[in-house]
Amino acid sequence: MICKNLFIGIAISNKLYIFFFSLLLPSRRVERAMDTLIAQLQRRFCDFTISLYHQGFLDDQFTELKKLQDECSPDFVAEVVTLFFEDCEKLISNMARALDQTGNVDFKLVGSSVHQLKGSSSSVGAKRVKGLCVTLKECCDSQNYEGCVRCLQQVDIEYKTLKAKLQDLFNLEQQIVQAGGRIPQVDI
Amino acid sequence: MVCEMETDQIEEMDVEVLSSMWPEDVGTEADKQFNVEKPAGDLDTLKEVTIETRTIADMTRLPNLLNSTHQGSSQLTNLVKQWEYMQDNAVRLLKEELKNLDRQREEAEAKELKIIEEYKFESNEPENVPVLDETSDLFRRFRQKKRDALVDSKKIEIYEEFDTVAYWKQKALSLEKMLEASTERERRLMEKLSESLKTMESQSAPVQELTQNLKRAEGFLHFILQNAPIVMGHQDKDLRYLFIYNKYPSLREQDILGKTDVEIFHGGGVKESEDFKREVLEKGKASKREITFTTDLFGSKTFLIYVEPVYNKAGEKIGINYMGMEVTDQVVKREKMAKLREDNAVRKAMESELNKTIHITEETMRAKQMLATMSHEIRSPLSGVVGMAEILSTTKLDKEQRQLLNVMISSGDLVLQLINDILDLSKVESGVMRLEATKFRPREVVKHVLQTAAASLKKSLTLEGNIADDVPIEVVGDVLRIRQILTNLISNAIKFTHEGNVGIKLQVISEPSFVRDNALNADTEEHEQNENALPCLFKKYMQASADHARKYGGTGLGLAICKQLVELMGGQLTVTSRVSEGSTFTFILPYKVGRSDDYSDDQDEFSDMADQQSEPDDTAEGYFQFKPLLGSIYSNGGPGISNDFLPHKVMLTSPIKLINGFVADPSNNTGQSEMLQLENGGYMDESKLETSSGHCPESAHQYENGNGRCFSKESESCSSSQASSEGGTLEMESELTVSSHREEEKAETEVKETSKPKILLVEDNKINIMVAKSMMKQLGHTMDIANNGVEAITAINSSSYDLVLMDVCMPVLDGLKATRLIRSYEETGNWNAAIEAGVDISTSENEQVCMRPTNRLPIIAMTANTLAESSEECYANGMDSFISKPVTLQKLRECLQQYLH
Repeated sequence: MICKNLFIGIAISNKLYIFFFSLLLPSRRVERAMDTLIAQLQRRFCDFTISLYHQGFLDDQFTELKKLQDECSPDFVAEVVTLFFEDCEKLISNMARALDQTGNVDFKLVGSSVHQLKGSSSSVGAKRVKGLCVTLKECCDSQNYEGCVRCLQQVDIEYKTLKAKLQDLFNLEQQIVQAGGRIPQVDI
Repeated sequence: MVCEMETDQIEEMDVEVLSSMWPEDVGTEADKQFNVEKPAGDLDTLKEVTIETRTIADMTRLPNLLNSTHQGSSQLTNLVKQWEYMQDNAVRLLKEELKNLDRQREEAEAKELKIIEEYKFESNEPENVPVLDETSDLFRRFRQKKRDALVDSKKIEIYEEFDTVAYWKQKALSLEKMLEASTERERRLMEKLSESLKTMESQSAPVQELTQNLKRAEGFLHFILQNAPIVMGHQDKDLRYLFIYNKYPSLREQDILGKTDVEIFHGGGVKESEDFKREVLEKGKASKREITFTTDLFGSKTFLIYVEPVYNKAGEKIGINYMGMEVTDQVVKREKMAKLREDNAVRKAMESELNKTIHITEETMRAKQMLATMSHEIRSPLSGVVGMAEILSTTKLDKEQRQLLNVMISSGDLVLQLINDILDLSKVESGVMRLEATKFRPREVVKHVLQTAAASLKKSLTLEGNIADDVPIEVVGDVLRIRQILTNLISNAIKFTHEGNVGIKLQVISEPSFVRDNALNADTEEHEQNENALPCLFKKYMQASADHARKYGGTGLGLAICKQLVELMGGQLTVTSRVSEGSTFTFILPYKVGRSDDYSDDQDEFSDMADQQSEPDDTAEGYFQFKPLLGSIYSNGGPGISNDFLPHKVMLTSPIKLINGFVADPSNNTGQSEMLQLENGGYMDESKLETSSGHCPESAHQYENGNGRCFSKESESCSSSQASSEGGTLEMESELTVSSHREEEKAETEVKETSKPKILLVEDNKINIMVAKSMMKQLGHTMDIANNGVEAITAINSSSYDLVLMDVCMPVLDGLKATRLIRSYEETGNWNAAIEAGVDISTSENEQVCMRPTNRLPIIAMTANTLAESSEECYANGMDSFISKPVTLQKLRECLQQYLH
């Protein structure tokens, strides 16, 4: 959350900065300022993306997704990710409900949900969520109730974190686009 | 009687105490006399005695005949004391009795006196008494008696008239009677005393009794020892036997007595026991020892021997007592136990070791699995990169761009090779790798390998191929793997060789154990390999040294893979090396000879060849040489200059030997002629010819269209090869490949345009669907979606598809089952199996479907795990291939390329 606020804060200050510059400076200088701003944003975007990869939030599959995004479907990644988070929410609440019934927990139901979630997360490239899903699946297979609950909580936390991070990433992208820059290709 | 009873009791008690002392006594008995008296022959009689007298075993202790030893004498004194005590006791008792009697008499006399005094006092007749007293003793005694009687006859006085004659008469009579009784008693006592004394006298000679006791003790001893596996004996100072008791006497008296152990027995252990006895004798300390004897007399037996020194009274050693018990069985048992225990310990240690190893192995396996998975994941995108780069290189580029691109491709290839190595290795190790058996020509393979190596050669090395004449033209084996091994070895050789030659020799080794199989022996020579690094050469990720790694690069996987592959093929890879002289890697593989009848089965282009093979020498050519042409770069040689431009002739050491292996592709007559021409010219760059021959199979499809094209290609390659250095060759080769690629692709797209393939994706995960769909779009395909197996079957039933991508794990009906049902439909032409499984299928369409020719529908599994077992499961259920999830563009593209024609 802190991270997110920070980014928004920076974004606002940047906008104000541009505004003042556009008022005060002649057009060429404004252009140059815009260029530097875009360069900054792009660099931040790169850094942020790389950090996401390095911290294990994302893996190559996300890159793969990005490759699929072209002129025909400019918001492809966002769409998929949104769908994924909806899916997450639904599946997690399903599992939570199943695990809530102490005494006769339907591990099969939980297992199928985990499988779904695992498939989705691996398709999206949500590496950490996927890893947790694997653990959760193992707990589920061994009918380890405690483990299941603990893992599920972690999954919940993890997917929310990822959601926030990706939100930031998309915001950053949007800013770059708004500023008239190109979204840079990030090599991992 | 009383005294006798008492002594008996005492003796009983003593016997009890004594019994615990038997062993000691036994030792002390070992006397000369005793020995002599009791030879083995006496046994029987003694036994009888024992059994009879067993109940009376409460005899007195053993008399001791041995005076010479301390123990013996102490025993004797003990006995004597006992005896004296006994006699003393008897005497004491008798004396007491006597005293008693005396006292009684005194009392009686006192009474008599009293009575007399009384009488004096009453009768006033005092003068009588002194007279009587003085006159005679007898009279006095009489009076005393009278007095004695007076006590008893006081009452009588009452009845009789006092002081009458009658009264006194009576009184005198009674007194006389009393006196008589008293005398009688005295006499009897005296008699008794004398009798007692007589018996005492008779007992005072105890020899008889003691002898009796001795016999009893002996009997007792025998009773106990008659079945004991015991040998006892006494030996004198010189260790000569004076006495021996043996349960199983196998020697006679005269054989033993007076002789030493060494004199009696021969064999192992005798000397040891002798020494032991001597040691005890010297030290004067009793001790025990276990000695194993191996003698002719009683075989191999172990005895526990107890030896004790014997002293005489003066404290001098006079010999030893020794006792042996046979403990062979116990020793065997004990040793067995010890061995068992040891074995147990060893086994336990081994078990723990094994557990450790298993643990480590498991860890390693997991690590390997991970490595394999990772490599697999890396390979797909990487091959995409390299592929794209290759395609890019076919487009119009300026010089700089091309250079960059070449670097990119070559480094990409390097990484790809590395990953392939890792994957190969893990495949071989996990036993997943399967070998193919195809016919191939070893000469071509060798040539090809050398040629490829020569193409990228950057050093002044000579590459040589030398193939023996008896190597068959065609053999059966996994050509890809063999080539991989050769390539690996050769590239290693080139890498580490700085000058000289690198070569491959191929020859047949006849091995009697193979009936039909012979062995191919190929070795590559390699120079300046570090000798001390040999042991770890074949280990994974190991290089001769860190310096090596830095200098030469590479992962060190190559040789490990080679070794594993060779072993997988049933051969062995060995190396001999000498610093600065070179190394030879030798591998021996069993091979089969392909029958020449079915030459043409799989390779159409060979069918013509078989007929046209006018020059068998060419196919059997066994020598190739490649020389690097440093510095001369002729990258663009036109066809015109091919024959007359022969600058390398000079560099060839033995040009006559160089004949061409190109005839491998004889379908091309023109090519052959040209070759001959070249031969006449005395020079032929084989790499080029090989290149062209390598490409000809590809163009064989166009064979019918006309030779011209094929030929032109060849001639082109020939010419350029003639003029090229290795760099140039590489370029040309890659160009050739690329161009053919392009053609293929063009053909592909053409096909695609004519009929767009229909693809069905069976997947339940919305996100996966979305991603896959998008990828398909990118690849220019559209596809239908089914959410589970049942939907998939329904969809396949209603329309025909060219490819099915099937998720394995799905609700309702999973991918494996669905695939099975689809396969069964393809075989039987009906959906009965599916209907049985509960899938709802409209029967009206069923008939229509039956009419349709059922081709095998490619079904590609999409699995979440890439493990070998999972893929095997896919294959087992009738799937054609599998893509591991997450699906990537590259994987999808590869798959489509493979299955959509």
